[in-house]
Amino acid sequence: MDHFSLWLAAFLTLGIISFLYKDNPWYKLTEAIFIGISAGYWVVTLYWDNFYGKFWVNKGEEPTLWIGAFFGFLMLLRLIPKVGWLSRWPLAFIVGATSGLWLMNYFASNIMVQVQATIMPLFSTGYGTGFDADFATIVANFVIFFGTLTGLVYFFFSKEHKGAFGVGAKIGIFFLMITFGASFGYTVMSRMSLLIGRIDFLFGDWLGMIQ
Amino acid sequence: MSTKVKEILAVVAITIFCLVFYIGKINGWETIEFSFTVSMIVISLLVLSLVWILILTIKGNLIERRIVFLFVGIAVTLPLFMGISQKISSSPEVVSLYESVDALPAGSKVLISFDYDPPSAPELQPMAEAFIQLCFEKNLKVITMGLWPQGPQQANLAFEKVFSSEKLKGRKFEYGVDYVNLGFQTGNEFVVQRMGSSFKSMFPTDYVGNAYNDLPLVKNIKNFSNIDYCFNLSAGFPGTVEWIQIGVDRFGVLLGAGNTAVQAPQIYPYLNAGQLTGLLGGMNGAAEFEKLTEIPGKGTKFMLSQSFSHMVVIAFVLIGNVAFFMSGRKSMLEGNEE
Repeated sequence: MDHFSLWLAAFLTLGIISFLYKDNPWYKLTEAIFIGISAGYWVVTLYWDNFYGKFWVNKGEEPTLWIGAFFGFLMLLRLIPKVGWLSRWPLAFIVGATSGLWLMNYFASNIMVQVQATIMPLFSTGYGTGFDADFATIVANFVIFFGTLTGLVYFFFSKEHKGAFGVGAKIGIFFLMITFGASFGYTVMSRMSLLIGRIDFLFGDWLGMIQ
Repeated sequence: MSTKVKEILAVVAITIFCLVFYIGKINGWETIEFSFTVSMIVISLLVLSLVWILILTIKGNLIERRIVFLFVGIAVTLPLFMGISQKISSSPEVVSLYESVDALPAGSKVLISFDYDPPSAPELQPMAEAFIQLCFEKNLKVITMGLWPQGPQQANLAFEKVFSSEKLKGRKFEYGVDYVNLGFQTGNEFVVQRMGSSFKSMFPTDYVGNAYNDLPLVKNIKNFSNIDYCFNLSAGFPGTVEWIQIGVDRFGVLLGAGNTAVQAPQIYPYLNAGQLTGLLGGMNGAAEFEKLTEIPGKGTKFMLSQSFSHMVVIAFVLIGNVAFFMSGRKSMLEGNEE
């Protein structure tokens, strides 16, 4: 990076970080630049990749592209209140196509395969392999089995959570809490990684103080 | 002295500090690295400061939130100057990813999808660099693409870094023969779906505009059945979930993934179900993979900062709980419940 780019990047990075002290004009300027550039970037990218790259270049060779272009045009009619209702057609197409695809994908990948992975032999590494699992695998299998079972019990509201059923629901809460805790830990790690990246830029790329 | 004057003076001081070091960098000043002793002193001071804050909290003097930010900043920054390293062990999911790539015969075609942008680079770029370098060391052919617009640019940055590495110096890699960057394609998961029948329909040209059929590496690749292994670097949607749902479960590709830490817990169930061959979760995953591949990079370098910042966060969670119980808010909350 040349000097100007480095200083500009550092100026903007410090502008965002300055919010930690308090809200200030420097932060507001940086935030506005970020939002403006992001919006502009998307407009330009979508224009060149979608409209120009996919439709305009190939419009003569593939007549079906005109259908997509027509639907795209209808979407823009939202800007004209009198005929804005026409934009519902492309929206209906998008909703229908997406839900059709997602229904199949989620049912196959997130329901069938996941259920299959949960219904497992507790003392074996696979089906029909005998008692061949080591201690750690057996513990892991039991954790998944009881975690799934008690988690489902917790979300079963047709029966009052009392007695043995209530105990199961309570254990389910513990499993859920541990899951949320793990997710929070990962989130902290992720956010810290972003900060480390910027600090590395400031003290490394910009000021040359670290390798 | 008013607060405004103090703030202006602080900004001036920081600017002078930065100018001095920037000029120093231009004039070839050496980087700063703390010795082991200095590092230990710094760590001790940090721990003592936290203990002092805990004592203050117990005494009823609550610190303001900016002190927390300051400590996190210090915990992230100072380890970058320290000349000490952290022991890194390997998780089973990282080992299985490494082994699945290691098992590929020379000449195998590996597709890497860069589904992230610069904000996620601190976590995912080290994975990308280590993975590409491993592929080249094993003489695998690398094809990159992106479902995110800036993904292919990240791929090019990774290629640049890998080609300048010590291990690969002296080796020649020809674009179009050894590696190809197919670029970005809009359409999210529909791109993966379409690639299942025709790569060329989604990528008629590569990143720089070469026609698909003019690239020797890919011209005979029709769909996923011609790809030996896929690796997805993902920071959200579209990303690993879509690759699993369509690429793995519909077209049967072998898939490994590298995810941001935020996304990793969502992906683990797919790993346990056998839909992924391995998973690198966040910076920790990157560091573990770098260790396995013996390609030390930024993942390893950043882990010390990562650990320090976690310790500070844990310390402040404890201090926060002490403050919570000491300040009587518990009884206040209980009072509200009644």
